[in-house]
Amino acid sequence: MYTDPRVGDFINERFVPVRLHVKHQHDDFEHVGQRYGALWTPTILILDEGGEERHRIEGFLPADDFLSQLMLGAAHAAFRRNDYAAAEPLFTRVAEQFPRTEAAPEALYWSGVSRYRTTHDASALKDTARAFSQRYQSTSWAKKASIWQ
Amino acid sequence: MPAATHQIVWTHDLDRALTDAKAQHKLVLVDFTAAPM
Repeated sequence: MYTDPRVGDFINERFVPVRLHVKHQHDDFEHVGQRYGALWTPTILILDEGGEERHRIEGFLPADDFLSQLMLGAAHAAFRRNDYAAAEPLFTRVAEQFPRTEAAPEALYWSGVSRYRTTHDASALKDTARAFSQRYQSTSWAKKASIWQ
Repeated sequence: MPAATHQIVWTHDLDRALTDAKAQHKLVLVDFTAAPM
């Protein structure tokens, strides 16, 4: 997952990376793992600067899926600190650059919410619902957005 | 030779990482791994 240069560049740009190996950092692996309920490897957590978990990835993912999840997590973290201007382009990037990943419909949903929070314009939600009428119709995110039609 | 920009430099100290993240306005990524190293 980490050998793809896009992944490395995104991590270096956005994160302080911590690796806890089950053998080489055994005590910290156990201690931090218990604190966050990390029960399997690989488990990747995205924490804000206060140590609050904002996103979790469990299990191996191919590069596109992994990178889209990292972007999704960074976007969620921005959303949680009410920084919608930072969140929205990241959500949109996931939806546009990685449309075939599991992260894409979730990102599409939250990009609409972020745009609405920024503009207070209900058309942002309507446009999102309309987009879901053309793709990802079977996902829970499309169902959640359907109320905005 | 300088490291490639995409090369990840991992730390193993979460508390230190949280302090650095605050100073650098970044998030912390924690990788719990059992991969061969």
